[in-house]
Amino acid sequence: MTIEFEIPKPIAQQQYVLQTVADNMMRPHSRYFDENEHEIPWDYITFMHQAMKASGAGSLAPKDEKKKADPNKPKRPPIGYQMLAHMLEIISWGDAGMYLVTPGGGLGAAAVQSAGNDEQKKKFLARFMGDKPTFAAMCMTEAGSGSDTSTIRSTAILDEETQEWVLNGEKIFVTAGDKALTEYEQAGKGFIVVWATIDPEAGRAGMRSFVIEAGTPGVKVEKFEHKLGIRASDTVTIVMQDCRVPFENILGKPTVEKTTKGFKGAMATFDATRPLVAAIGIGVARSAVEFVKEKLTEEGVEIRYGVARNRLTAIERDVIDMEIMLRSSWLMVLKAVWMADNRKSNALESSMSKVKAGDIGTKITQKAVEMMGPLGYSREFLLEKWFRDSKITDIYEGTGQINRLVVARNLLGYRGSQLR
Amino acid sequence: MYSFEPNEEQKMLIDAVSRYAENDLRAAAEEAEELAKFPDGLVEKGWEMGVLQASIPEEYGGFGEYSSVTGALAAEELAYGDLPGALAVMTPNLFVLPILLAGSEEQKEKFIPPVIEMEWKAYTAALIEPSFDFDATDLKTTAVADGDDFVISGKKTYVPYAADAEMMIVYANVDGVTQGFIVPAGAEGLSISEEQNKLMSMHALPQYDVNFENVRVPAANRLEGDFEAVIAASRVALAALAIGVAKASLDYAIDYAKERDVFGVKVAQKQAIAFMMAEMAMEIEATRMLTWEAAWMLDTEKEDAYKSAYLASISAIDMVMMVTDRGVQILGGHGYIREHPVERWMRNGRGFATFTGLAIV
Repeated sequence: MTIEFEIPKPIAQQQYVLQTVADNMMRPHSRYFDENEHEIPWDYITFMHQAMKASGAGSLAPKDEKKKADPNKPKRPPIGYQMLAHMLEIISWGDAGMYLVTPGGGLGAAAVQSAGNDEQKKKFLARFMGDKPTFAAMCMTEAGSGSDTSTIRSTAILDEETQEWVLNGEKIFVTAGDKALTEYEQAGKGFIVVWATIDPEAGRAGMRSFVIEAGTPGVKVEKFEHKLGIRASDTVTIVMQDCRVPFENILGKPTVEKTTKGFKGAMATFDATRPLVAAIGIGVARSAVEFVKEKLTEEGVEIRYGVARNRLTAIERDVIDMEIMLRSSWLMVLKAVWMADNRKSNALESSMSKVKAGDIGTKITQKAVEMMGPLGYSREFLLEKWFRDSKITDIYEGTGQINRLVVARNLLGYRGSQLR
Repeated sequence: MYSFEPNEEQKMLIDAVSRYAENDLRAAAEEAEELAKFPDGLVEKGWEMGVLQASIPEEYGGFGEYSSVTGALAAEELAYGDLPGALAVMTPNLFVLPILLAGSEEQKEKFIPPVIEMEWKAYTAALIEPSFDFDATDLKTTAVADGDDFVISGKKTYVPYAADAEMMIVYANVDGVTQGFIVPAGAEGLSISEEQNKLMSMHALPQYDVNFENVRVPAANRLEGDFEAVIAASRVALAALAIGVAKASLDYAIDYAKERDVFGVKVAQKQAIAFMMAEMAMEIEATRMLTWEAAWMLDTEKEDAYKSAYLASISAIDMVMMVTDRGVQILGGHGYIREHPVERWMRNGRGFATFTGLAIV
């Protein structure tokens, strides 16, 4: 080990391709899908599916077992999460809303990947490498249960006779829930991962996640939200009414034990995904910083890096602060995913990167709109859209506040009960 | 590849430096500040760890290789103990490293070996000027070519150990460009003030005003290399030192907040306080990442390395002020009295906005 910041070669190669996608398949359509909320960018989706299938990149599907590692080849350090973080950052630089409809399983598949057994992984994840783009979604939030996931009211009761789980409840704010559950002609059969309790008395110890496949009776998409930003991505309400799924669709142990290990295991999913969500926000923030610098250059405003700070102009200070926020927050993401790749416990770093990205995304895009004056506020440019898009980073996958709590607990060595 | 873990050698160095920082520097810090004097042998002991010697190649009398990353790691540890103590230990760096980075082969062979012997000796550098709009890239001190010599004129301030120094580097404006000149003690026209104690912190670090009145040095004493390289290395060092000071304040605040009771719980159990500490930790980490990257870019001679060093230093200025201010705030009234070190660290922290060139690792 040593300290270094050289971008790994496989990632550098991928970057070029992704930049082309962002430039050509995303930016030109950004405004259209922002103004036509709930229209689906199938061109982008289909293209991304084919591209990812061809390269095997970004897929969470289990590796082909026939391909055994060559023992003669030197073992390379794993870079899977680092690759994903880079990929998400560039694609979200293109358009964060469109990124969120990239097929490949998203958080739903991530949940199966981290909490499922080998059989479940095989059964549920293989579909993402199929002929058609396929979606999965994670259903956690309920009307009365946001960051405090222990108050989830959805239930899963085992029908002893048929050995099926019967799910009831309502989930809100499900990202890509429609594409995962509604059977579109252009898409393959998806699934959702639903959080529910198998024992309402047991609190967190009773919390489990379940896979519900598209087409299962008793589950439906009920409402599409209209949002501030990331409008290309559908955010829906999903209702389960006596929805029956096979026994083996439970992720984790089917019995309630006195520990909250199952719940904690599921929360560990977030340690892996939070820096990735941060990377999305950083991509948006980078768009704004680059836009501002480009416009300033056009106006003949030069940023004098290296000049003593007390001699800088206000504009120079703002741009320099933006660059500092952007870069430091990105490096924090890289550290968190590097730790994930190297199987180091990263609960602290992961939440720190998420808080930071939420903060800087909001600050940078707000400041950028201000700096650009009337044109910053105009829909003629995408800057105002990035301002709206970026706010979600501070909210989803744990708000900035709940993540501060996670950071503080880790820092202070406190349990949840000691710091509420 | 990306990698965020120091190598084995660096870990051993960090370990040794942190023990000295905690057992010696930190232990002496409070009294040193009050008495405006380090205890005998403190600085010498730090020097004997050989951090600088380990970053100088063998041909110039050292036993290692220069690394800005390693320097940053060591600087953070030293400043965690005590900032003025760290700067005292590192004062000879101000003379040696600019020569290593911007000097000629002859200058390196001639000037470096005598400094890095195992015994600490005062060698220093004069950069900062007594002016409200001081800028290291636009100095008021001038050096004008005259035959085979340069003639230097101007005023410098906060020059550590100037009175004891056998030699110093003075930075001067040569046709709009900052360049360093090696000036021996006792040069004609060179005058050094009584020891000054003008700063709001770092009282134990001996500092002097230095005047140059037509001081004549041979052209062979001019460092013709890139001053930007020197200033970039200095910026990384200052950022790393700021991280150390900030971390000291955070750790102290955490310990305090976990001990002190308020309304039936510990102070740390209040979200208002816990969130402050979370943010302190995040900003420290943010600056540390920028600093490590800038150091790595300098070591590997990446394009934009100087810009990264600049950004890291700017980040550090804000970070250390925010963190050390909150360190005081979390202790409340107790933070404001000198029985606790957080007020000292807050005074240290404010200095980073002006310390340009006062450190290099």
